[in-house]
Amino acid sequence: MAGLEAETRLRHAQPERIFVLNDLPNTFRNQPDERGHFGDFGGRYVAETLMPLILELEREYRAAQQDPAFQAEFDGLMEHYVGRPSPMYYAERLTEELRKDAEPGMGAQVWFKRDELNHTGAHKINNCIGQILLAIRMGKTRIIAETGAGQHGVATATVCARFGLPCVIYMGAEDVARQSPNVFRMKLLGAQVIPVTSGGATLKDAMNEGLRDWVANVHDTFYIIGTAAGPHPYPEMVRNFQSVIGTEARAQLLSRTGRLPDLLIACIGGGSNALGLFHPFLDDPEVKMLGVEAAGHGLDGDEHAASLLGGAPGVLHGNKTYLLQDEDGQITEGHSISAGLDYPGIGPEHAWLKDTGRVEYTAVTDDEALEGFQLLCRTEGIIPALEPSHALAAVAKRAPQMREDEIICMNLCGRGDKDIFTVAEKLGVEM
Amino acid sequence: MTRLQNAFSKPHAAFVAFITAGDGDTAANLDALVEGGADVIELGMPFTDPMADGPAIQAANLRSLGAGTTTADVLQIAYDFRTRHPDVPLVLMGYANPMIRRGPEWFAEAAKNSGVDGVICVDIPPEEDDALGPALRAEGISPIRLATPTTDAKRLPQVLEGSSGFLYYVSVAGVTGLQQAAAGSIEEAVAALKAATDLPVAVGFGVREPAQAAAIAKHADGVVVGSAFVDLVGEHGAKAPAKLKELTAAMVDAIKAV
Repeated sequence: MAGLEAETRLRHAQPERIFVLNDLPNTFRNQPDERGHFGDFGGRYVAETLMPLILELEREYRAAQQDPAFQAEFDGLMEHYVGRPSPMYYAERLTEELRKDAEPGMGAQVWFKRDELNHTGAHKINNCIGQILLAIRMGKTRIIAETGAGQHGVATATVCARFGLPCVIYMGAEDVARQSPNVFRMKLLGAQVIPVTSGGATLKDAMNEGLRDWVANVHDTFYIIGTAAGPHPYPEMVRNFQSVIGTEARAQLLSRTGRLPDLLIACIGGGSNALGLFHPFLDDPEVKMLGVEAAGHGLDGDEHAASLLGGAPGVLHGNKTYLLQDEDGQITEGHSISAGLDYPGIGPEHAWLKDTGRVEYTAVTDDEALEGFQLLCRTEGIIPALEPSHALAAVAKRAPQMREDEIICMNLCGRGDKDIFTVAEKLGVEM
Repeated sequence: MTRLQNAFSKPHAAFVAFITAGDGDTAANLDALVEGGADVIELGMPFTDPMADGPAIQAANLRSLGAGTTTADVLQIAYDFRTRHPDVPLVLMGYANPMIRRGPEWFAEAAKNSGVDGVICVDIPPEEDDALGPALRAEGISPIRLATPTTDAKRLPQVLEGSSGFLYYVSVAGVTGLQQAAAGSIEEAVAALKAATDLPVAVGFGVREPAQAAAIAKHADGVVVGSAFVDLVGEHGAKAPAKLKELTAAMVDAIKAV
């Protein structure tokens, strides 16, 4: 298997810290192919009713990509509405804290791409702006979306309010109960929130219901998918809209440090914030990348949401990718302390990046993420979301093993206001 | 002549009856459909995430999985049906993931060994045919494709390419069991499909009453009913066979009277 060979080669290359490109693709940035495949993954596994629609979406997206006016409108909204570029911040006290346990001369510098400072508090808005501009371009008059923790729902409701389009958000009934502040936010923004009771009543069921709505309303409805998954062209399109993160980060780090980072770290649910950071660096062989999945209560049991490390390839929600599933191909429920990582699938590009060995993937548990959460509050005065708290836990493990002149850049993809109730409960604090 | 060809060569439109495998006493329910006069059996493979199905079939999928139905059980149900009814065609309908979990070749061979005549996979469009189509064709199993109101004339040849058995026309853009299409739009659509293919055209989605079945049978080669049966199974449990047979007979009588 090519992926395995590449991975072996990578491991052998590690002492020199050189990424050996022999026999690997010339570029990691030209995926997917014209059929929407990332190697064996991705594709367009949808019901026939949706197929013509998806083909039309792809045509319209290609036209928009070629249209300078579309890009200019996107850039303008990114700057003046979302608040981009987001800062690149050197976390000095966290860096020092992590050096305390490191050998002399060890302990990498930790930098944060601060997408938690975006309007609505996470990276999700980048994608929503891009997709609603496309919806308007296509003459669609109604927006639907699925949401888990509610972050994508809030971001979608936000852009719908901004552009005056009616908005329907599907949200698992379990999540509606767990995430009431975000449900209220969506309602304030004028969205209709429909609790989904089918299946396990969580994110994947909300996505099923979104697809059912779409198939019944194909003539006027645009489905804003919240992560770099789903049928082609969604994984590519969402990645491209989110790549604003990595494009900015690359320029900011070059300007501030005079060189590229040694390691990028980002958490992964569906994987859009990670791809947004990674993609512009994929062809820089000296930049290593680490994606962090949610290990929940541990990878040895069933209570985790690590599709790449604990799942197997299969087909769900329009794409072929790694899935949490049983031996018969029935989808199993993910678990994570973070509702935003609690999805049984993963964007297909991550599946490909894993198999090619270009990106390394790891997982951290609920408890480790909670420690990461508190560490950042304490050292930097930043309350992170539970999703990037997983990435923080990985930073805390990796930084002490790297030299102090090396640079880690982590995507701080969301702020933690929404999570304080969950964290309080876990820490046994009455609010 | 294959079992499917035979079923569509009768003087009346074929009646295609769907139920979900592992939901209730499936063997008894299937026998009732045959006794009522069903020409083709569509056996649903349960899946945790049936995103093209409405509430009735979603519930049936969950009941079946809740009862512990496995892929092996579905294949056994098909095998036993084939033993009891050597001449009635049986089509498996379901979603990609359970079908390709052990590899498409494994599934195609297992289906063949269970006497399955055709496979309808909801979420493998012609663009992704490689995921299952070649394996089915190699075993002589018909990949049955869906055409919908959004399938235009330009796209139709691609849908037909590599398919066999019959063409399943989904008469409404939506999920199973909810709305029904206007008779006029079905007549027009079926005429367009039949102009493009020699395959029989069966029409489904939202058909619940014998009168609807008869209206469709005027133009189509087959009528598919699913959610109405699945509702009976959910409602009547062990007593479902009598109800299934009754509704099948009423549907078939209406179709034959056309």
